[in-house]
Amino acid sequence: MSVSSFFQWLSTLSPWLQIPIVVGVFVIVVGLILFFIEIAPRPGRMYTIIRLAACVLGPALVLWLLQSYQWAIGAAAVLGLLFFFLDRRAKGGQGSLFQLVGFLTPALLLVGVGLVVATIQTTVQSFMNSSSTQFVGWDNYVWIFTNPQNVRVIINTVLWVLIAPIVSTAAGLAYAYFIDKIRGEKYYKIFVFLPMAISFVGASIIWRFMYTYRPPQGEQIGFLNQVIVWFGGQPINFLSVEPWNNLFLIVVFIWIQTGFAMVLLSAAIKGVPTEQIEAAELDGTNGWQKFWNVIVPGIRGALIVVLTTISIGSLKVFDIVRTMTAGASNTSVLANEVYTQFRSFEAGRSGAFAVILFLLVTPIIVYNAIQLKKQRELR
Amino acid sequence: MTVAPIDLPIDDQDARRIKRGEAQLETPLRRTKRRLTSRWATAVAILIAIAWTIPTFGLFISSFRPAQLIQTTGWWTIFQNWGWTFDNYAEALQSGNSQLNMAQAFVNSFAITLPAVLIPITIGMLAAYAFAWMDFRGKNILFIGVFALQIVPIQMALVPLLLLFSKGTIFGFPIIQAIGQAGYAQVWIAHTIFGLPLIIYLLHNFVSEIPGEVMEAARIDGAGHGQIFFRIILPLTTPAIAAVAIFQFLWVWADLLVALIYADGAVAPITKLLAEMTGSRGQDWYLLTAGAFIALVVPLIVFLSLQRYFVRGLLAGSTKG
Repeated sequence: MSVSSFFQWLSTLSPWLQIPIVVGVFVIVVGLILFFIEIAPRPGRMYTIIRLAACVLGPALVLWLLQSYQWAIGAAAVLGLLFFFLDRRAKGGQGSLFQLVGFLTPALLLVGVGLVVATIQTTVQSFMNSSSTQFVGWDNYVWIFTNPQNVRVIINTVLWVLIAPIVSTAAGLAYAYFIDKIRGEKYYKIFVFLPMAISFVGASIIWRFMYTYRPPQGEQIGFLNQVIVWFGGQPINFLSVEPWNNLFLIVVFIWIQTGFAMVLLSAAIKGVPTEQIEAAELDGTNGWQKFWNVIVPGIRGALIVVLTTISIGSLKVFDIVRTMTAGASNTSVLANEVYTQFRSFEAGRSGAFAVILFLLVTPIIVYNAIQLKKQRELR
Repeated sequence: MTVAPIDLPIDDQDARRIKRGEAQLETPLRRTKRRLTSRWATAVAILIAIAWTIPTFGLFISSFRPAQLIQTTGWWTIFQNWGWTFDNYAEALQSGNSQLNMAQAFVNSFAITLPAVLIPITIGMLAAYAFAWMDFRGKNILFIGVFALQIVPIQMALVPLLLLFSKGTIFGFPIIQAIGQAGYAQVWIAHTIFGLPLIIYLLHNFVSEIPGEVMEAARIDGAGHGQIFFRIILPLTTPAIAAVAIFQFLWVWADLLVALIYADGAVAPITKLLAEMTGSRGQDWYLLTAGAFIALVVPLIVFLSLQRYFVRGLLAGSTKG
């Protein structure tokens, strides 16, 4: 029986049965890994035999998983070489390499195949034609940047990244500062934080309902249009008035992310040393000055984290656009376009959109990784 | 010099009595002053909290109103147009596409989410331990590399992973036996891969904070890495694991993109079915509101009951990054 036939068999069972079985099998595998990790550094003939058995079991597992003798032989060679030559010289003493492999292999293998190799593959694919059979150079990129509709997609994405992070961070910060230390702070937080738990799809339906449009003669069933009518205005078809409909989509995202910003910034505000705040109060500052000159500099780090996190989120936004307009009326964004092109079997174009998205996310993460590196060197 | 206050071991009743005493000690003048300054703050806070809740509240009310009333009147007129019903839910659970209905999709969501939380967290925990407590060359570089993999948007990995699952190929070369259309397997693996970088990073933050002496002591007693991991790390980081697990749970449950690509036909989760329904029956508000609420209720319960852990995970993950 191979992995794929195991999955085939599993898929014939009831969903409720599948959960415990797959979890059980997984736990057994992890248990085995931990067992070999535990006995790896032990001296004694019995442990040596078990270690040797592991070097046979490993390739056997590969054989079973991949159903390929070449890979199994490769695995056997690598495991054997590693453990007989390198392991003795390893820093942490005998068996330490064995342990390291046990701890790290599952994660690195998955991430390596699923993310690193896949990224390279998609990049290559973006230079190929729609069925990935022929090299076409920069054609897909040229197509993107010369087609007004696609330029629109990129502009929309930039719009998202410019507006969403700033507005939700500002709103979250204002609210966090506002409710700081007032009675029932915890409950006020929950109300604004709650949308975080609601999925993007759920939030989209909620807001589609808020935005529902009925002709001015009839009764409105969308709350926002009703408010406009109460104030004597004409109802708006929120999702189809260009270019404002993009803003109305961004509102949904802001509605969700403000709670996230608020929770992080609230914790940061509480971390500002009381002495500083008291000193400012003794100097006779008003609330506004205190906020700008004491609190904001004190939470600079948290502000950057919140801004970068929400920026990445708004670059990758997909669910909201997909569920609310599916990109109609010029509301499409990069992430949505990747999927749309994929659906219409344009692998090359889809890949090119994905690469552009990737390039836009990169600077933000690189900045964060540099920060992380600095922190780790400090330790 | 400052004096650090000490927490006295007092029971709830005493604590309450002390608090009451303190409240009485507070001069009336101070109390009015404080109330005046915070009155505006409270009023605005209430307003914002209400504004933030109205959309969800409207959906909730509407999901219980008869279809006819939803289509003709606003939910805020519920007192003038009185009417409650459970029919929307009954019908929403039965509606769907040719392959499955909402009730089955709801079950699918569980079958996808539970393994897709447990598996990456276990694998991530193993890696986080190695990154935090094992010494090897290139550790920092490798760790930052894993962290930086958050660069890769899911969109980047969609097609290659799909080819790997359906044909077993990487770059067109056959590597493994194809999994093909085998139930949830594709979705589990995809979610595991996409969740790992962040999970490893978050768990590493917690695991590396355990004092080294604890492990030193265990090592002297003869425990190996396996035992330390199982007997010390796991129990000590249970709250952290809970925090990350809630993250992953909410994220997998809410996911639409992975579901659209990897969960086809009869194994689709509820989000996919809902999105589909929004496209095809966008004006049937009695179905959409009830359906959305069915999809909301599980993450909402998880979120409200485990909120404390969730916030903790959020803080650990972000303020240190």
